Amino acid sequence: MNEQARPLPAEDSAAAVSAASERAPSRLSEAGVAAAMYLGCIVIALIVSAIIVWVTGGSPQDVFSALLDGSLRAPGRWGETIGIAIPLVVVALGTAINGRAGVVNIGQEGQVMMGAAFAAYVGVNLAGPGPLVIVCLLIVGALAGAMWAGIASWLLYWRRVPEVLTTLLLITVASQATGYALKVDWLLLAPFREDRSVRNQVSDQLSTGVRLPRIDIWGNDFPISSIAVVLMAVIVFVLFRRSVWGFRLRMLGRNPRTAQRAGVSTVTYGTTAMLISGACAGVAGAMMLSGGDFGNYRFTPGFANNIGWEGLLVALVARSHPVGIVVVAFSFAGLRAGSGFLAATGVEREISQVVLALLVLALLVPPAILFIRERRRALSATRDRT
Amino acid sequence: MGGFFEAIGDVITNEVTYSGAMRFAALLAFAAIGETIAEKAGTLNISLEGMLLGGAFAGALGMHLTESVTVGLAFATVVGVVVASVQANMSHRLTANQFVVGLALNTLVLGIASFLNTSIQPVSRAAHRFEIPGVSEIPLVGDAFFNQPWPLYLVYPMVPAAWWLLYRTRWGLEVRSVGENPQAADVSGIDVNKRRRQSIYIAGFTSGLGGGYLVLGQIGRFEDAIVGGQGFIAIAAVIFGGWTMRGVIGGCVLFGTVNSFRLTLPTVGHELNSELLSAAPFVVTIVTVTFFAYRTREPRALAQPFVRGLT
Repeated sequence: MNEQARPLPAEDSAAAVSAASERAPSRLSEAGVAAAMYLGCIVIALIVSAIIVWVTGGSPQDVFSALLDGSLRAPGRWGETIGIAIPLVVVALGTAINGRAGVVNIGQEGQVMMGAAFAAYVGVNLAGPGPLVIVCLLIVGALAGAMWAGIASWLLYWRRVPEVLTTLLLITVASQATGYALKVDWLLLAPFREDRSVRNQVSDQLSTGVRLPRIDIWGNDFPISSIAVVLMAVIVFVLFRRSVWGFRLRMLGRNPRTAQRAGVSTVTYGTTAMLISGACAGVAGAMMLSGGDFGNYRFTPGFANNIGWEGLLVALVARSHPVGIVVVAFSFAGLRAGSGFLAATGVEREISQVVLALLVLALLVPPAILFIRERRRALSATRDRT
Repeated sequence: MGGFFEAIGDVITNEVTYSGAMRFAALLAFAAIGETIAEKAGTLNISLEGMLLGGAFAGALGMHLTESVTVGLAFATVVGVVVASVQANMSHRLTANQFVVGLALNTLVLGIASFLNTSIQPVSRAAHRFEIPGVSEIPLVGDAFFNQPWPLYLVYPMVPAAWWLLYRTRWGLEVRSVGENPQAADVSGIDVNKRRRQSIYIAGFTSGLGGGYLVLGQIGRFEDAIVGGQGFIAIAAVIFGGWTMRGVIGGCVLFGTVNSFRLTLPTVGHELNSELLSAAPFVVTIVTVTFFAYRTREPRALAQPFVRGLT
């Protein structure tokens, strides 16, 4: 609308060029602006959380120092943080893949549940050498997660049911179905024992042979799956940057019509991306179960414990970049590990969730502003040329 | 299988089923009415769940502070609109991804509500029932429609009002055009993102009110899990209804009835597994949407951000 009000652009092309070069700042200062913006937004998010704590009568300083103690500073805590970061990274890598293909999957929470439940069944009931059972359990977890995501993608391509909706609704179905399995003897419920008076709704504990080995560095111990997770991040990075498959996925996500013309089948690639995404969430669930940082090697109701949701947010905040995912997952895991230390400060541990959500919202702002600025610059550049 | 049909027979001849169905359907309708308008403008508003939850907590808080249901409902709408304003400005001013904003908002509202709930512990109770004389005597469904806590009656005028707004005003026409073809709307002088923001504000208003109704009209006190995915079912009702007001209300009634069956089946003496019953509304929702959504057409620009010059 405001274009009409502007004076006609200068006829002199040299003047236009110089004007354009004045507007386009150097790359370095651009990166500086972006970094400053990210920093500013994070600071604002932290200030808002501090205000919430302060208003309800807590001490913000105590809260932040408790969070730091609980995630890094206290002995053995960064091992805990790594243990929590592992499933977050795996879920987020899967989300990055389906996001790249332009398919939405926001049901990771349910896929994690299914993966963990099936893995628990295999881990408890399959007899055999430990390492083999672990591999089986991880594979079955992946298949279960893929199946759960597969329902959504099947309905999407068969009946055009929005995958946003189905993945969401399947979360509740998954948690109720696994809750049901925990009530039935022949599924997951642990057999009755004399030493426990109340029969809890939990599965049998995985025997020591089928637990993932743990690495111990200076009193910080975390499961060996951390190495596999870093490898997975590298693989996804290479797939995205260097493979035809990754390029096709991006083409499908950016412009489905072009992709179709170039021979990329929407159904095949979309379904594949969705299945891989679900498989990642399922493996994450299996790793949580056999890794020991969640539920003490037992499957319990509500086992996923928001890991699916947070993993999804990790991928979205990191803008699907594998390296960014590892960094963001570690900081989110730190928040969660740190919230365990909040009880001493007298502030409810839900505050860590508030901090996390505020950080997510804050981290959305800088890329959006940068995008709009770039857009404006591009628009004004085309105006100068015509 | 005979037992199953017998159970269904017992349930559908029970007045309680209809009252319960009406109460669940009203909650869904509060949320779904606003969501319909937001989706018509092109936003798939995932933060509906957060708006409901925020409204519910604000309703309890308002009641706690002033002992008045009306003030509680007013608080609820204000908080609903506040949540909506974050969603609106992040996704249609900054053009951030609307799903990300919605998910983050759901987490944020849940976090703040449960945090404040444990530190304040608001005391609230349900509003009194208001029986409309005469019509509430109708057998079987009279009680359901006309003998309910009074906040429920707010949903009755809202349905025609929303329909009128969407289909009989200039604003409604602009909203629909923005959801179908934002580029064309932009060229004809409509501020696309402004209309989208306004439609989200309306969604925030109605679902905030819905949250207030949930806590002050139906349950009586606030808990963290009070909404429990009803917001997502409301979104499903919009899709099920094919983005028409009539269909959406039909969807709300259907899903509300399924929810009510879940609660009445045990009370009329039929034992069924509670987990399977809780999952039933979600399964029914998925199945019905699968078979009905195919025939309808969504607003063409649904869930697509609008940036001028970028198709």
